[in-house]
Amino acid sequence: MIWDELGSMLSDPLMQRALLAALLVGLSAPVIGTYLVQRKLSLLGDGIGHVALTGVALGWLVGSLMNLTPKDVLAIPGAVIAAVIGSLAIELVRERGKTSGDVALALLFYGGIAGGVLLISQAGGTSASLMGYLFGSISTVSRGDLWLTLVLTGLVLTVGVGLRTALFSVSHDEEFARASGLPVRALNIAIAIIAALTVTVAMRVVGLLLVSALMIVPVAIAQLMTGSFRRTMAVAMAIGVTVCVTGLSITYWADATPGATIVVLAITIYAVVAVGRSLLAARAIRRRGRPDPHPEVGDDVQLTEAERAVASPAREPGGR
Amino acid sequence: MTPVVAATGVRVRLGGSVILHHIDLTVEAGEVVALLGANGSGKSTLVRSLVGALPTEAGRIELFGTQLGPQVPWQRIGYVPQRVTAATGVPATAGEVVMSGTLHSRRLLRPRDARRRALEALGTVGLGSAVDRPVRELSGGQQQRVLIARALVRNPDLLVLDEPVAGVDLPSQRVFAEVLSTLTARGVTVLVVLHELGALSPLIQRAVVLRHGAVAHDGAPPRPRPEHAGPEHEHLHPHDGDDGPQDSATVLPTTIGWES
Repeated sequence: MIWDELGSMLSDPLMQRALLAALLVGLSAPVIGTYLVQRKLSLLGDGIGHVALTGVALGWLVGSLMNLTPKDVLAIPGAVIAAVIGSLAIELVRERGKTSGDVALALLFYGGIAGGVLLISQAGGTSASLMGYLFGSISTVSRGDLWLTLVLTGLVLTVGVGLRTALFSVSHDEEFARASGLPVRALNIAIAIIAALTVTVAMRVVGLLLVSALMIVPVAIAQLMTGSFRRTMAVAMAIGVTVCVTGLSITYWADATPGATIVVLAITIYAVVAVGRSLLAARAIRRRGRPDPHPEVGDDVQLTEAERAVASPAREPGGR
Repeated sequence: MTPVVAATGVRVRLGGSVILHHIDLTVEAGEVVALLGANGSGKSTLVRSLVGALPTEAGRIELFGTQLGPQVPWQRIGYVPQRVTAATGVPATAGEVVMSGTLHSRRLLRPRDARRRALEALGTVGLGSAVDRPVRELSGGQQQRVLIARALVRNPDLLVLDEPVAGVDLPSQRVFAEVLSTLTARGVTVLVVLHELGALSPLIQRAVVLRHGAVAHDGAPPRPRPEHAGPEHEHLHPHDGDDGPQDSATVLPTTIGWES
């Protein structure tokens, strides 16, 4: 019975394309997300997403001026271009360090949304025309979209996984990377560009407003479970694929928005893992006693027995 | 013979103010040079400019006879930045942090034997068993040792260290002094920023003292100011704690007297 249902889902060409797109996006988004979390730029994806909206509207405007059909044929190229320009702008601001990255991101958020809404009305559309881009429209993935997604995913994975030691180095400690003679600026730009490409790839699946969730939440879950960079990235990719494919499949039977379902699913997993981890930790404490969080190093102050007796109840252990 | 570090007329401006000016500094192969000076005298800025982490406004910097840029043999240079922690947003193991040191301007992919070299470098600083441990679980001193291992993993001929023992527990300070004496015995050139000579004073052959962004002294390591060296002088170090009697040889605080 359930196999029949699954079989009919998998034989639906529309669903086949959608599932494949979800799989590719679930695989690539956490790769770049890992670097963004490491450089404490978790919200960068959101900033790029907002700018991409302006790109969508701009593509739409150009399309309608050139009398192209359908009017939004240039929307995705527009989004790619705007996202790349936006992410390079953020990277420049970050490198100069004049405005804090935080403020730069805020400016992009507001500018992107306002620009998008303003331009779409000029193009003869309404804000409703933007809904498909804001919240995703995976059920309308065409063969061409799929090819584009495939190529962009290939690029993201080649750069993001292939250069991972170098990208780890610049994200981990930029000063050291410079002192190693690494092409820091080129690597930073590579991260910015693959972030922009990922946003536009993921746009179809979860929509611009939720793009960042797909980059960041799997990494946040993986962080709870691992202690190494390599494994964080691998686990995040596995989680990304799982939530994208499962979330999309759910919407085949239940009437729900795919993007929102995927993100809610991911956040639910985060909550379950976080609670499960603290329960496990609590059980470990019951079994083995509370571990001393302070590493075992020799004390660098000498205390006489008398001092120790006086101070011990109030004294914080562990020196520094 | 070409000097390892040759800086002439270096001038660095940060945030609109001139931090360093008219800096001439030459370090010959095999020398162990300490860069001293009060807080804010520009020591860190100088080493960061020397390794290309900060742009210079004027002057010329040559490392191993090559002007600063991609052509410098970066694989011969190990840099240990001043850090409170080696941990960042995403968890990383000590081995992963050290392996990032195997990359340089001519190598963007990790070499095949990166893990073996990382293990070796971590072993040198006494952390061989921590290779797969997340960096965030290590103590401050251990994290500093991981950063030193990251500089050692490429077997550098020049080691540049920025306050490597500031805020570091005593065992880590001792490990560090031992590592440094082994390296200098092998002929490695060392340029080290220090707040006080301390445990390293037997190794230091020459001291360069910065004051207000210019070189104030270049030669034999200066003697501490009398009021700092006297037994009655009370040293308050935020991190080191007290000088225990048996440790007085290793952490004798010989702060030089440029505090203004």
